[in-house]
Amino acid sequence: MSHAEHVLDLVKQSGAEAEVTVSTGTLSLTRFANSFIHQNVADSGETVRLRLHVDGRTAASSTTAATPDGLKDLVDRTLAAARLRPADTGWAGLTPPTEPTGAGNHDPATADASPADRAAVVRAFVDAAGGLETAGYCRTADTVTTYANSAGHTLTGRSTLAAADGIARTGTSDGVARAASVRLADLDGAALGARAAAKARTGADPGDLEPGRYPVVLEPTAVADLLPSLGMIGFNARAVAEGRSFVKLGELQFDPAITLVDDPLAAAAAGVPFDAEGTPKRPLELVRDGITSAVAHDRRTARLLDATTTGHAVPGGERFGALPQHPTLRPGTGTDLVAGLDRGLLVTDFWYTRVLDPRTQVVTGLTRNGVWLVEGGEIVRPVRNLRFTQSYLDALAPGNVLAVGADAAQVPDSWLSGTIIAPALHLASWNFTGGAAG
Amino acid sequence: MPEFDLAAAAVQAALDAGARYADARVVQRRYESMSAHDGDVEDVTQNNSAGLGVRALVGSSWGFFALPKLSIAAARQAGARSTEIAKASATVPGPPLDLLPVEVRQASWANACEIDPLSVSLSEKGDLLVGLTATMREHGADVAQASYDIWDTRKWFVSSEGHRIDQHLRECGAGMNATAVGESETQRRSYPGIRGQFGTAGWELIHQLDLPGNAVRVAEEARALLTAPHCPAGETDVILGSEQMALQIHESVGHAVELDRILGWEAAFAGTSWLDLAQLGSLKFGSELMTITADPTLPGALGSFGYDDEGTPAGAVDIVRDGIWVGVLAGRDSASIAGLPYAGAVRADGYNRLPMVRMTNVGLLPGEHSLDELIAATDDGVHMDTNRSWSIDDRRLNFQFGCEIGWEIKNGKRGRMLRNPTYTGISPRFWGSMDMLGNDLTYWGTPNCGKGQPGQIGHTGHPAVPARFRGIRVGVTG
Repeated sequence: MSHAEHVLDLVKQSGAEAEVTVSTGTLSLTRFANSFIHQNVADSGETVRLRLHVDGRTAASSTTAATPDGLKDLVDRTLAAARLRPADTGWAGLTPPTEPTGAGNHDPATADASPADRAAVVRAFVDAAGGLETAGYCRTADTVTTYANSAGHTLTGRSTLAAADGIARTGTSDGVARAASVRLADLDGAALGARAAAKARTGADPGDLEPGRYPVVLEPTAVADLLPSLGMIGFNARAVAEGRSFVKLGELQFDPAITLVDDPLAAAAAGVPFDAEGTPKRPLELVRDGITSAVAHDRRTARLLDATTTGHAVPGGERFGALPQHPTLRPGTGTDLVAGLDRGLLVTDFWYTRVLDPRTQVVTGLTRNGVWLVEGGEIVRPVRNLRFTQSYLDALAPGNVLAVGADAAQVPDSWLSGTIIAPALHLASWNFTGGAAG
Repeated sequence: MPEFDLAAAAVQAALDAGARYADARVVQRRYESMSAHDGDVEDVTQNNSAGLGVRALVGSSWGFFALPKLSIAAARQAGARSTEIAKASATVPGPPLDLLPVEVRQASWANACEIDPLSVSLSEKGDLLVGLTATMREHGADVAQASYDIWDTRKWFVSSEGHRIDQHLRECGAGMNATAVGESETQRRSYPGIRGQFGTAGWELIHQLDLPGNAVRVAEEARALLTAPHCPAGETDVILGSEQMALQIHESVGHAVELDRILGWEAAFAGTSWLDLAQLGSLKFGSELMTITADPTLPGALGSFGYDDEGTPAGAVDIVRDGIWVGVLAGRDSASIAGLPYAGAVRADGYNRLPMVRMTNVGLLPGEHSLDELIAATDDGVHMDTNRSWSIDDRRLNFQFGCEIGWEIKNGKRGRMLRNPTYTGISPRFWGSMDMLGNDLTYWGTPNCGKGQPGQIGHTGHPAVPARFRGIRVGVTG
């Protein structure tokens, strides 16, 4: 009997509706700084999460003690918690038996990657930087997740994800390169190190630039910062229901060049192809040709808004709603976006971006890892980092997206375990509100 | 105790595999949280975790391995794996490394806790949160939320040098917020702070917060903010309330003095620091009123402990003294590299994360003035409080922070409410402009400090008082 079946068996006598998620896996991450490996970690284990609904009340608990005693304790305390809490009026029931949409993207070689394999990627990155100081990481993750509920629905998925992300440093500039894939073998440490070093060298000895509004070309790494913010606060059905979201379904809220999809079934997608409620995932078109077309639902928000779950439930989503976790901005036709920039800035990365107001999506943050002044379609000189205060909605509004790059890059998300797929963008205006001097 | 035996087995296995130093932590953590929303409980979560993390040093290279199985055989496997990983690190080696010597201790420690927060019934807790959100909804909130969090953590630490230390930390906190939704924007008020207030304490802390006594006010203020005038743009004097001051200290001082950042170990992600060790002891960080300490011995503060996760006893360190930068937050390896004689600021988020430099209780020593005196002494300015947004560059120098609420100050009196107040500055210039310091000291707790890869969440404390800053740029908008 599997751990999930064991837990459901223990719950059965209570008459509760129950769902169990068992996640097993290994996360390994090799970090380097000052051109040597200074942190190198791995953790391997199993987490069992139980959510149940009994007598109109709901509670969730988890444990890392996947032993008979540990699982019994999990069931006992979750039942006790449910019985003591007030009624849950938003409970939307369990997911009925449903056909899976996939098994997940999994590469056995990545699952079995050794510390030496990751160190080899780091070694190649460091060596390719041509003597520049380097820092970054190489990570691999292997996850097997089983979902089972008392309605008879069971799913299992398995996924791997490898990522490498590093900078090279000249003393006055940093250059970055990053990549992610289901397969560690796809990550070319030497190519990444060489790219980071080349960018650092072209960014060396930057000068000041007067803050103000400038047209920009955002590289995919910078575009990747825009998408989670739009997703978490905007395309979130709970935020819509509470009036905190900018979303107006069916309206042209973005430039017609923008088509944004949450694509959990892409060949490059990380994670298992079902959500925390066991709903099989499917691609969800959030924006089509600039028109806002959908928001992400879990079962709870779907019930609230008389909609259908889109398979975007996350653990703990009772508090903040459903989240698109595989944002993909569809590429366009632009081949050389810098060439189309008469006078503006080429931006590599955004950093420490924070939302000032969720409705207007006004965000403040800084540039990082390389900014260049472009004149007449040519890079003129590197510029020191700038602070911006800019509405992401306005930046992508109708008429403001002048070109979308033809090539999309898959980059690792800084905080979460997933990835973001985005092309470069040429935008009409970006509001830089401060320079290095404040 | 069996936990010490497990950790000792892991350490011995790491040494047997070739490590020259190893330490191990067995950590058991119980976490409970509840959230209420608009008069209903929306979530109750209880997470238990237990496991073992082992750190091994081979040459100058570290390895770390963790797993949740608590058996002698699994512990030995984890110890051997940590050394295997350290050997892989050694293929891209760094300079020679010694650990700062510390006194070997065999000790126990627990923080004070009058009311075990896990012993308070869920129904009592639920009634509190539901009542708060219902009250806020009745008084103008379109969205009302309230929540609490409890962490009960037991740790057993063993090192190959002979440490055997067990600790029991009980931490909790709670808070609430009201959101008012307008035509084109939302406004939010929180109490006591943006996330609440947290400490190393029992449920008595929650009683002391008087959440019910503030529910009506925060709801009414959120509603009033929708029609309040915008914070004007320009340069003016700013008085920060102590909650926002805690954020200011955390972001622009606490992270900047982390020695791993200064040494470049976080360069690719969290970033570095504008501080140069060559200037330690001479650099002017702020005005002479600015004295900042890192003190993990403060009773009840969220960054308090008995020993850090390298076995170093808790002790206070001066960070800024009379405006001069004099200290850092360090671990045994970083302190040794920097040639500094103290460590003690290394902690990990659970059994499965590597201990790293984290803030303890980094706070500002109080001054002599009441908040009313600060306002009375100000001809033209803005009083801001309760953090709403925070952004700072990767060297911890260029910041822009937003608050939930502001009030205009004219001729020594606090006047009308202002919405969307923001201020921006460069750290030493900003701290150098501080010319009046308040005396109303609060140990603010930050339960969500993110750092490291894989990501870790740290609990930090920030003693803070209101203060006045001269000639600050405010009102930056998009």
